[in-house]
This record gives sequence, C-alpha cells and structure tokens, in this order.
Amino acid sequence: MVVITAWVAGLVFGLGLMMSGMANPAKVLSFLDFAGVWDPSLAFVMLGAILLASLGFFIARRGSLSWLGLTIQWPSSTSITWRLILGSATFGIGWGLAGFCPGPALVALGAGYPKAVGFVLAMLAGMMVFELIEHARTGVERA
Amino acid sequence: MTLDLEHFTPSLSFGGGLLIGLAAAVLILFNGRIAGVSGILGGLLGAPRRDMAWRIAFVAGLLTAPVLGGLVDHPAVASIEAGWPQVLVAGLLVGIGTRYASGCTSGHGVCGISRGSVRSIAGTLTFMAAGFLTVFVQRHLLGT
Repeated sequence: MVVITAWVAGLVFGLGLMMSGMANPAKVLSFLDFAGVWDPSLAFVMLGAILLASLGFFIARRGSLSWLGLTIQWPSSTSITWRLILGSATFGIGWGLAGFCPGPALVALGAGYPKAVGFVLAMLAGMMVFELIEHARTGVERA
Repeated sequence: MTLDLEHFTPSLSFGGGLLIGLAAAVLILFNGRIAGVSGILGGLLGAPRRDMAWRIAFVAGLLTAPVLGGLVDHPAVASIEAGWPQVLVAGLLVGIGTRYASGCTSGHGVCGISRGSVRSIAGTLTFMAAGFLTVFVQRHLLGT
C-alpha cells in the first residue's frame, strides 16, 4: 500500500509538471529571463501547488501518524546555514544553465529525451560526489 | 522586460500546480513523507537503508507520467535548448547543490513554503536569484 500511494503521488506530480509547463526547460528559462521576453506562467504553478500542498500539510499536522499508520517525518532543520545558501546557489546556477530541476528532468527522461538522460546521469554523479565527500568527512571526524 | 503573452498559460500552469500540490498532499497524508524530489532520489544513493521501496515507487511514478500521459517524445513535453556540455555541467551542479541545500524546487519551493518554513523560503529565494542571474548573464551579457 505504501508503494502504491508513493507511486500515485509520483505519477500525479509528474502529470502536474507536464501540464503546467514546468517539465519544459524552454518555458522554465523563459520564466527565469526577467530582463527578456518574460513568461510569468510558472508563478501560477507555485500558486496552485502551494494552495493544495498547504491544505495537505495542515491536515497532516493534526496527528503524528499518516493515514497508513506511518510516523509523519517532518524536516527537523530550521536554521539558515551556509550549506543551505551555497547549496541553493549552486543548484540555481545549474537550473539556469539548462532549465531542468530534479523532478522535471526525471519526467523528461521518462519521455525519452536523450539530453534528459545525460542530465539525470550527471545529476546522480553530483549526488554521489556529495555522498563521498560527506562520507569522507564523517569518517575523518570519527577517527 | 516584455511580457511573453504568446506563450503565457496561466490556467494550464495553475491546474498543473494544483496536481503538484495534490501529489504533495497525498505523500504526506498517506506516507508521512515530504515530496522533495532531490531528497527522495538522493536517499537511494549512499548507504543502503530500509525505506527504499516508497522512494523507488515515487521516482517510478515520475518516470511513467509521460508514458501514461501519452506524451513520450512529444514536442509538448520538453524543448531543450542547452547544448550537451551545458546540460552535463548543469546536471552536476544541480546534483551537488540540491543535496547540500537538502532540497530543490519541490522540497523547499513547494513543500517548504507550504509548511511556512523560513529556512525553505531562504533556500527558494537563493536558488531563484541564482537562476535569474545565470539566465541574465548568459542571455544578456554573453549573448548566447
């Protein structure tokens, strides 16, 4: 059941990305091109998404267990750190270079675009770099 | 700045946004998890853990969306203007950056803002600003 609801969530998320235009890098870049011919559509994506997501979080917050009886795992970190800011800046530069963020890249990969395959492989490599650096760091701290 | 009214899709984008929000609501209400794509994907790498199944299922859902939506290799899905070297560098930066930031457009942008997290708002403002700046430098200063 856990797997089915997660799959449905991923599917609906992906369909939303496609319908909204968010899965199209050209449209994303046109939104980020404030100084050029600006397409404000993606602001409406955020509006719609936040509307229903905040309702979901509001309902979820009333208990500690999910409807499937699982513990709800809220993010514990609330502090604004250099890791957050520099990480977000690095992500933003990559987002602006190709117009892909993680979700839309996976959708475009599913749609069969070779460049989306390349982007996702490079993204996974980047995530592995993070794992290796963090693994080495915590290893050193323990030693 | 000129408005691109030719490609402006307020209702489709709002409707798609509602679906994204619905998906985030489904994942927190049923699975008790935040719909952050970089975190869900990143959890599949590194040390093996017990909660792999729902992560794989969510990613599979994203991958099957264009298949079930009947839009495989359809021009309406994606138009990728960046060249290969740019695509690969961008992927690398997005991978490293989202993991250090502990979130991307979905985890910080949609879910974080919906939870009223100040940390996520700071992250979102930062990656939005970096994205705007990158496109500005690329299109208007370098003229590519």
